[in-house]
Amino acid sequence: MKEHMTAYVASEQKPALPPPPSEVGLWGILRRNLFATPFDSMLTVVLGLFSLWAAWNIFQWAFLSAVFSGENREACLAQEGQAVGACWAFVHAKFGQFVYGLYPVAERWRVDVVIALLVALALPLAIPAAPFKRLNALALLGAFPFVALVLLTGGHFTVSGGWVAFLFASASLVAAALAAGQVAVSQRLVRWATWLALAAFAVLVLSNLVSSGQVRIMVFRFSGLSLVALLVALASVAASALSTRAGGGRGNLMAVLAAPLAVLALIVLLAGDFGLQPVPTNLWGGLLVTLVVALIGIAASLPLGILLALGRRSHLPAVRLFSIIFIEFWRGVPLITVLFMSAFMIPLFLPDGVTFNQLLRALIGVALFSAAYMAEVVRGGLQAIPKGQYEGAMALGLGYWQMMRLVIMPQALKLVIPGIVNTFIGLFKDTSLVYIIGLADLLGTVRRGFSDPNWITPTTAATGLVFAAFVYWLFCFGMSRYSIYTERRLHTGHER
Amino acid sequence: MTADIQSVSEPRVSLMRDPRTRGLIIQIVMIIAILAFAAWLVNNTVRNLAQANIASGFGFLSTRAGFDIGQVPIDYTANSSYGRALLVGITNTIIVAGAGITLATIVGFIIGIGRLSRNYLVRGLSTIYVEVFRNIPPLLVILFWYFGVLAVLPLPRQAIELPFGSYLSNRGLQTPAALFEPSALFTFLAIVAGIAGTLVLARVNRRHQMRTGEQRSTLWPGLGLIVGLPLVIFALSGFPVSFEYPEATRFNLVGGWNVQPEFLALFLALSFYTASFIAEIVRAGILAVSWGQTEAASALGLTRSQALRLVIVPQAFRVIIPPLTSQYLNLTKNTSLGLAVGYPELVAVGSTVLNQTGQSVEVVAVWMVVYLGLSLATSAFMNWFNARMALVER
Repeated sequence: MKEHMTAYVASEQKPALPPPPSEVGLWGILRRNLFATPFDSMLTVVLGLFSLWAAWNIFQWAFLSAVFSGENREACLAQEGQAVGACWAFVHAKFGQFVYGLYPVAERWRVDVVIALLVALALPLAIPAAPFKRLNALALLGAFPFVALVLLTGGHFTVSGGWVAFLFASASLVAAALAAGQVAVSQRLVRWATWLALAAFAVLVLSNLVSSGQVRIMVFRFSGLSLVALLVALASVAASALSTRAGGGRGNLMAVLAAPLAVLALIVLLAGDFGLQPVPTNLWGGLLVTLVVALIGIAASLPLGILLALGRRSHLPAVRLFSIIFIEFWRGVPLITVLFMSAFMIPLFLPDGVTFNQLLRALIGVALFSAAYMAEVVRGGLQAIPKGQYEGAMALGLGYWQMMRLVIMPQALKLVIPGIVNTFIGLFKDTSLVYIIGLADLLGTVRRGFSDPNWITPTTAATGLVFAAFVYWLFCFGMSRYSIYTERRLHTGHER
Repeated sequence: MTADIQSVSEPRVSLMRDPRTRGLIIQIVMIIAILAFAAWLVNNTVRNLAQANIASGFGFLSTRAGFDIGQVPIDYTANSSYGRALLVGITNTIIVAGAGITLATIVGFIIGIGRLSRNYLVRGLSTIYVEVFRNIPPLLVILFWYFGVLAVLPLPRQAIELPFGSYLSNRGLQTPAALFEPSALFTFLAIVAGIAGTLVLARVNRRHQMRTGEQRSTLWPGLGLIVGLPLVIFALSGFPVSFEYPEATRFNLVGGWNVQPEFLALFLALSFYTASFIAEIVRAGILAVSWGQTEAASALGLTRSQALRLVIVPQAFRVIIPPLTSQYLNLTKNTSLGLAVGYPELVAVGSTVLNQTGQSVEVVAVWMVVYLGLSLATSAFMNWFNARMALVER
């Protein structure tokens, strides 16, 4: 009996049975991922055949029966009984136009320099490990736009004396404010500097109301009063500068002089003659215009969008209402009507004698339009910041703008970087619409290119558009990958 | 004591430091600035219009248009008024938006579910589709269909024959047209009755289930009511329909129903472009339903299809609907790109009117009002739908 009682007792773990042969190895992987059910198998077969067919056709169109060289349409016309694929000769012949438009060939190096500068400045900013982020951003946002402007247009702008005086008056005010913030300065001189800066503004306003004789200094045309304003502003700068040295003071002279020096550099840059041949914007075209519209659009829409987002969350009913109406209006209408509006109505809105060129008008439309979208993205970030952050900032005694600048915005903007990049991708694709109002962006030049009688063949249009699509795709896909990468990188902060 | 009370009583603050006064001042200054800016713009506009000898106001809407429109869903001739022309434009916008939304939703859902498939091939192809179409400007795709594909199709004489007596040529798609006789009205009424009957049946069945817990099928009786009943009526009334087939003549295809290449280009491009966004929304929506829901559903003994229908899809829809609404609105606004290929929608017709009359302010105002109206109407409808789908917490 006893023997029968002691049934089988396992004294150690049994070895695992091998998995069934249908589940392992190549066949197992295929079975699990391609032929799991009869329906799956059917899908796999049908789609597999379809992909092979599509891939073969695309390959044949793009390479086997494509024409790679030729002078004109003759090369891309079909011979008897033989189909012609892509007409790459067309893209090759028009490549310069697709990139630069009608920009004079001898001056195209300027565009190259601008693009190289842009890449050199933007790339380190996008790479998290690269050093000198603050300096880099300052160069990209502060200096690059003006350098690019001068290089692309040729510079040599006529800056009126009134503007020179205004810029210096603003700089003197900034200098006085920076001096006042330092401890080791003579407060009496700073007070003088502030009053002088304000006086410069007052004289400037007066000079616009009262006409006073013309004076010409170098290339600048001053009215008498604006010259006085300039001198007063310079005096204010001098007072601010002196205040840091007065009474053996050891104030930071460079911080005070930074703004006036920047203004001086700006004026020299804009008004100076660097021997560059002027290139009017109607000669710009191709990828250049696409990039200019997209970059200026994003650069203008970001600050505007931040202001609108703050306005929409403001406690002041009038500000909030205005922001809501502004945002919902622009978001409710298609960009093409906005562009039409800027093309046809801005000339009506302006007083006599003031004209904007076509590119600038389109830019205004694009900037306002994308600002509304940007505002919603930023608002999303603002809403994601917990209330405790606001309360904490207020408990520290920060004012509204201090709270936004030092506590809320840095967190909110960091949260919405992917959203901003997505808006930029949308904007980049939307720039193609400017061709409808007559600008020659990348799509516009391709469109014009395949209407060229020298190149009309059945395959030219498709080839040109596929090329343009590839360029747009490359930019947008690259940016979306970057957005995903940033999202992952920032996400780690929230995990414990 | 009195001294203590005084010291904690509110200190006097200057008016500029008082948040309420300061807010008021900021708002007043802002309103004045906006009004002044608006007045300046209006003033300039009025003067510029007077100089260009353009009368303002909407009086031009009733004058003769004098141009032809390619696709006229409502009565219109060159003798009709500008207002009528704009109305044709609005109708065309709604037609292409409606058709585009339908196709984009279907394709988008298929691709979006495909991106979550276990099948390598299905997943890979769906991903390629999304990444390609999402990153190419819709305008470019429209031009590609129009100039790259449809324009190089053969002439109507050598049109490509499709099944069901349709033809594809560089004049677009020519399909047979169904001509209904008056007695077909009964069939139409039967369809309406079938739908109404199905709705009533669904409600009765649901109430029955609530009361007794017993489920009754709605699907088959519903199909019978909506499809079967009209078919029977249709047969009884003696098949009151005839088809007009397109015929190839020397220069053109005559007869049947013509879908113009402009419409096809716009419709296909917008649908496939928007579908790539809808696919991503659908994918995100399904992924947003936590895996625990699926496990709980199978723990309750629901089959895979029941779990999908009763547990996962309703929850996914809650996440999907708000972004889906904005995609529908985007598609509607993108129909304005029809201008580039000459599809006569609101903006294309409007720009013709604008060029003929110079009434830019009025035409732009019409555009804005119509698009804002469409946007508000779509979002109102989707909000209503969203409220119905929203979680009802007990």
